[in-house]
Amino acid sequence: MIYAEILAGGKGTRMGNVPMPKQFLTLGTKPIVIHTLEKFLLNSRFNVIVVVVPMAWVSYMKNLVKEFLDSDERIRVVEGGADRNATLMNGIKAIDNEFGLNDDDVIITHDSVRPFITHRIIEDNIDGVLEYGAVDTVIPAIDTIVEAHDNILTDIPQRSAMYQGQTPQSFNIKKLVTAFASLTDDEKETLTDAAKIMVLKGDGVHIVTGDQSNFKVTTSFDLNMAQALVGKRED
Amino acid sequence: MLNHVYRLVSAKQFEVALIEENLKEGQVVVRPKLLSLCHADQRYYAFQRSPEVLAKKIPMALIHEGMGTVVESKSPEFNPGDEVIIVPTTPVEHSDTIAENYLPSSKFRSSGFDGLMQEYVISDAERVVKLPTDFDSEVAAFTEMISVGYQAATRLLRVAGPDRESVGIWGDGNVSYMTAAILHVLLPEMKIYVFGHHDYKLSYYSFATKTYVTDAIPDDLELSMAVEATGGNGSHDAISQIIDHIKPEGSVVLMGVSENEIPVNTRMILEKGLTLIGSSRSTKQDFEDVVKLLSGKDELLEEMRLLVSLKVPVTSVEDAIAAFEADNSNGWGKTIMEWKV
Repeated sequence: MIYAEILAGGKGTRMGNVPMPKQFLTLGTKPIVIHTLEKFLLNSRFNVIVVVVPMAWVSYMKNLVKEFLDSDERIRVVEGGADRNATLMNGIKAIDNEFGLNDDDVIITHDSVRPFITHRIIEDNIDGVLEYGAVDTVIPAIDTIVEAHDNILTDIPQRSAMYQGQTPQSFNIKKLVTAFASLTDDEKETLTDAAKIMVLKGDGVHIVTGDQSNFKVTTSFDLNMAQALVGKRED
Repeated sequence: MLNHVYRLVSAKQFEVALIEENLKEGQVVVRPKLLSLCHADQRYYAFQRSPEVLAKKIPMALIHEGMGTVVESKSPEFNPGDEVIIVPTTPVEHSDTIAENYLPSSKFRSSGFDGLMQEYVISDAERVVKLPTDFDSEVAAFTEMISVGYQAATRLLRVAGPDRESVGIWGDGNVSYMTAAILHVLLPEMKIYVFGHHDYKLSYYSFATKTYVTDAIPDDLELSMAVEATGGNGSHDAISQIIDHIKPEGSVVLMGVSENEIPVNTRMILEKGLTLIGSSRSTKQDFEDVVKLLSGKDELLEEMRLLVSLKVPVTSVEDAIAAFEADNSNGWGKTIMEWKV
C-alpha cells in the first residue's frame, strides 16, 4: 500500500504571537493544512492519508476534514508525539494498528505547512520510493552554505554539492521502522530530519528535485509571502 | 487547492502563478497528460500578436489542445481515472440560431483565458469529453484540431450542392491534412486533390487522388468543392486559384487565419455563383463526433497517427520552452508535450 503522512504536529512557536499552530492558519480562504491535504487527495495512488496533529487539536482537525473535505474516507486523524520523529512514528503506529505492515508498504511524509507542493513532486516521490526504498526532496542551494561553531566560520562546503532539504521524505515503512528502532537514544536526540534515520544506518537515500515554491510556512514573514503569492481565479 | 498555473508573461517567458481553486458543483479537476502545440500558441509565445491583443490577454497559460485524467469530480458523469479531452470553447450564453463557436461572447482557452499549461485544469464537466477505454492518447491530444477540420468539412457539405465528385484542398499543413482525411472518411468515393508548396508534406496524403505543388496545377482541373487551409498571406493566392478551378455553383470553405485583410476576386465569385462559408474552431458536438469516427475507423486513426512527429517530456518551465523551440523547427506534424510539471 502507498500511504501519505501529513506532519501537522507543530505548535507554531516560530510564528510568534498567533492564536493557533501555524498549520491551522488561513491561507487564501482555507487553513494551510487543508490546502496541503487537497493536493494529496488529488493523487489516487494513495490508499490512506494520515494527518498527525497535537493531542489538543485532534477534534479540531477532524472538524476541518469534515467541513472542507467532506470527511474523505481515505483520511485518518492521529495524535502526534513529543518531537518530529515521535510524531512520524505515531502515524506509522496508527497504520500498523489498522492495516498491519507489509514488506512493500511505503509512506510519503510531508510537512503540513508546505501547501505549495506540486503533483510532479508527489509523483516523483512515489516512483522514487517504490524504486529505491528511501527518497528525500531537495532543491540545489542558491546561497553559499557556511558551517560555523561558536560563532566561528569553520568551513564553506562546495556549493554544487549542497542542497536544501524540503519534504516529502518517503520511505519503505518496514525499513524505516527497523532503522529507527536500532538507533541509540543519543542518535535519536540528534535527529531533526527523518531521512537522517536512514543515513545514520548507512542506507542510501535518493534525492528528488523539489521546487522553490514548495517552501515551508514557518514564520510570519513566510505567511505574509504565501498570502501575497496566492491569487484568485478571475471568472 | 493551490494550483500552479504556468503563464506566458512576455516573449518566450513563462512564470508560475499560484491560484487558489475551489471546485464547484458540476465541475471536474483534470490532470493534463499530453498537450499538443498549435500555431496560435506559437504566435503568442513569440509575441507575434498585436500589442493591443497581447496587452489584453497576457499573462495567460497557453495550449488549447490536450488530453488528461480526471482526478476529482463534482459531476455524476465523471469519475477519477476517466481519460478526457477538454473542449476549449466555453460558451457563456445559449443561442438557438448561433453555434457556440460563433457566439462572440464565447471564451476560448489559451485565447481569452488560461489554457492547459497548468498543474490541474478545473473545467465545467459539460466542457469535457470522455474518451473510450484504450483510445489512442497521442491522437487524443490533438483531437481539438481534428474537430476543427471536422467542423469545416461538415459545414462545407452542409452548403454544397449535389455535385460532390471532387474537392480541392489548398494548404499542406496539419489542418489541411486532417480536413482532407475527414472528408475522405465522410465521402470515400469523392476525389480529393491537395495543393501545397512542399513535396515532402504532400507525400503524406496517401489517401488523396492526386497532389500538386501550387505552381503546377493543370489548367483544365475542375473541382466541385474546395477548402482553403493555408492562412497568412498564402490565403490570397489560394483563394484566387480556387476561384479559377472551381466549377460554377461550387462551394468553398475558408479556414486559414490571416492577420491581414485578403483581396478577393468577387467578380468571378458572382459570375460563377459560388458559395463561400467561413469556419472557425469547433463545438463540443464536433469533439464527440470525431471521437466516434476515430474509434470506428482504424484507417483514419492510422492517418492521424502519422502526425505525431515530436514528443517532448516536460517537467519544468525550461522544458516547456525547449518544446516550443523544437516545435518551431519541426517541419511536419504535431509536437506533443508529455506534461509532467
